[in-house]
Amino acid sequence: MDLQTLWFAAVTVLWTGFLLLEGFDFGVAALLPVLSKGDPAQRRADKNLMLRTIGPVWDGNEVWLVTAVGAVFAAFPGWYATWLPAMYLPFVLLLLALIVRAVAFEWRHQRHDAEWDATWTRVITGGSVVAALAVGGALGATTLGLPVGADGTRVGGAFSWVGWPVALGAVAVLAYSLVHGAVFLALKTEGPVRERARAFALRWSPLAALPLLAWAGLVVLRSGGVVSTVLWLVAALAVVGTWTRLKVDREGQAFLGWALVLLASAAAVFGAGYPTVVASTVDPAFDVVIGTASVSDYTLTVMTWVAGVGLPVVLGYQAWTYWVFRKRLTAEPEHAHA
Amino acid sequence: MDVLDIARWQFGITTVYHFLMVPLTIGLGLLVAVMHTLWVRTGRAEWLRMTRFWGRIFLINFVLGVATGLVQEFQFGLAWSEYSRFVGDVFGSILALEALLAFFLESTFLGLWIFGWGRIPKKLHLATIWAAVVGSTISAYFIIAANSWMQHPVGVVVDEATGRPRQVDFLAVLTNNTALAAFSHAIVASLMVAGGLLVGIGLWHLRKRKLAGRSTEDVDHAVWRRSVRLGGYVSLAAFVLVALTGDWQGKLMYQQQPLKMSSAEALCDTEAPASFSLFAFSKLGSNECDDVHSITIPYILSFLAHSDFSSPVPGVNQLQEQYADAYGATYPDDPSFGDKAGEPIDYTPVLAVTYWGFRLMIGMGMVSAAVAAYALWSTRKGRVPTSRIGVYGSLLAVGAPFVGNAAGWVFTEMGRQPFVVVPNPDVPRAEQVYFFTAQAVSPGVTAAEVWTSLISLGVLYAVLAVVEFGLIVRFVRAGITEGDTTPTPGIGGGPGTDDDAPTRPDDDASDDVLQFAY
Repeated sequence: MDLQTLWFAAVTVLWTGFLLLEGFDFGVAALLPVLSKGDPAQRRADKNLMLRTIGPVWDGNEVWLVTAVGAVFAAFPGWYATWLPAMYLPFVLLLLALIVRAVAFEWRHQRHDAEWDATWTRVITGGSVVAALAVGGALGATTLGLPVGADGTRVGGAFSWVGWPVALGAVAVLAYSLVHGAVFLALKTEGPVRERARAFALRWSPLAALPLLAWAGLVVLRSGGVVSTVLWLVAALAVVGTWTRLKVDREGQAFLGWALVLLASAAAVFGAGYPTVVASTVDPAFDVVIGTASVSDYTLTVMTWVAGVGLPVVLGYQAWTYWVFRKRLTAEPEHAHA
Repeated sequence: MDVLDIARWQFGITTVYHFLMVPLTIGLGLLVAVMHTLWVRTGRAEWLRMTRFWGRIFLINFVLGVATGLVQEFQFGLAWSEYSRFVGDVFGSILALEALLAFFLESTFLGLWIFGWGRIPKKLHLATIWAAVVGSTISAYFIIAANSWMQHPVGVVVDEATGRPRQVDFLAVLTNNTALAAFSHAIVASLMVAGGLLVGIGLWHLRKRKLAGRSTEDVDHAVWRRSVRLGGYVSLAAFVLVALTGDWQGKLMYQQQPLKMSSAEALCDTEAPASFSLFAFSKLGSNECDDVHSITIPYILSFLAHSDFSSPVPGVNQLQEQYADAYGATYPDDPSFGDKAGEPIDYTPVLAVTYWGFRLMIGMGMVSAAVAAYALWSTRKGRVPTSRIGVYGSLLAVGAPFVGNAAGWVFTEMGRQPFVVVPNPDVPRAEQVYFFTAQAVSPGVTAAEVWTSLISLGVLYAVLAVVEFGLIVRFVRAGITEGDTTPTPGIGGGPGTDDDAPTRPDDDASDDVLQFAY
């Protein structure tokens, strides 16, 4: 395997890792108003419980996005410099959503004030939904088609990216994340929230997987081979598997099954798309491919060495974080947040 | 304004804003880690309370730094795609390695530190804050190495096929002398920010307590007193290092970017020996060096630039001619230069900005050092200052190193215009890599799009600044809260005890005092 292919695979892993990890914290945040029930105090306690499941990890999860974008820039500047300006406004929206979401997580409890708390909690939910839609839309566009011309410059103005690929990607990531968050909550909590989360996942998982499967299916139909077709089938079967595991209350297995849905779909999308990184809707001859978008072999070699040593260490301590916070959480009445 | 100007304003505003949070994160993170270490080693209650109080300010600020840092990584692509294509072989890999080696470390271990009280053994928990601090510092190194490569490109050759720089020596990029000087300067400047904060807030609390007749024997008094003393010493020591590293950086800049330095001195014509400008006045709105008149001190500039009192220092007028000869008097008549195509190139940065940016940076550092000296003097041998002017002045001066840091960056970045990648004079002209800011902007992006992002980010940043400032002020006024002063079981048993046990015996840390955020 040449270095460009290796880094295409690395970028795929980083984007998939981001969607897998940040996916459940997007989902949990989006489900706050859906899965909290009862009187206001009880609802607040439910929301606190849900937020505590992602509290220690959301920031580390978000670094996967930073690293994925960094790796795109580092390995394929031609991709970075085509994709980002072509979808200028959606990326700005993503940034705005991620900024308000991040500060809301930390600032929510800085005052003993129910209204202050409720406001920032709504910001967390809103920011997460918008961020999931924006990042999904951006990924949908780069894999399914963007109006770029011969020199990688967008044609058709500020809104020429608007179209069904963006809508499909956006809905796919949000829908996947919602169920992912629900399965995660079923796995990490005890009590009524766990029950509601499990019921939500059971009811919606088959429907929520459809846009993701459709997206992967379209890329496979356009340019896939045997391997990506098999991956697509694995993803579809994993949806069934997840559902049956949820049915018998095996949340851990359901979580793995739902993770497999994403892993196989993402591998199918990027694998079928390879070596194209931006599909042009103007003319297939204008597609941005890894061969022309990439940096020199020297730079790829340096990055391979550093990442080869660094990435296992990162994975090790991130896994350790999840181990430290592995306990199921239970709801408590109002407690002192100093 | 055209896309280029709007995009420059956007980059300037978002980056200066981001850099208000960054030095506080770096400097205060280090001091909080020191406080935490002292608590683990001595078991003294005041160090625990200091860790918690300053740790919380650190966290309120940290998250805004992280959030605004996200914008940085995207905007090279969003508005500056031609820059990204040009520097891709070097610049992107530094950012990616920063994310991989620094951001993961910082965010993961900070999460463990916040939520780890009572869940992981005491010494391991202490290690988490140090790991986060190391992450912040590595991150600073990488981003400054990336910036320094733009100031002084090394480790690359011009690729014959593309005309762009191709990396040939990664270690040279990481050990760029510009980066070593700028990094050490930025780190010690960050410590001045943190030191100034400890001094200003600590003095204010000490005075308030004294006027209210509160005890000077209790732990709270010790917290504020130690904060002032620690902050004062750190500030003063850091100021000395800021001056030394600044001098190092200045001497490099006289070799690498002589126009930046000569315009910082409003030195119009080459002088030997050269005089240092103390104060200048010029015609309003003029960027002609000859319109500027200075009050000067002889010999000093030669010394600052070359460590002797006689060497010549080149003037703006001569350098402008040299650069025009070497890099052209006008921009190439090429569409990639946009509105600037065929226009004359002004190699002199905006004189008012470089001249006053340089002086503001130095002046603010001096203000902060003077306040630190005052704080140490006025609290000597257990004294508590009650001077209204002294204490409120110190509180106000908390802002001085922030302004100094921002001014320093504005000077550095605007001083290298009209280049975004400045040619390295150590390399023969034919092998030099350089890029004009005018050709760096994204060609397909419209002015309306950049206006949209500039306005939306600007409004959001303004709102967040108000909220952050309000939160910090509110928290500082309240001082040490009840939660911070309640000793938790298993804590405070003195050094050596409970080293392997979690800091709290029960594993349910949900009501733990530092788990305020959730």
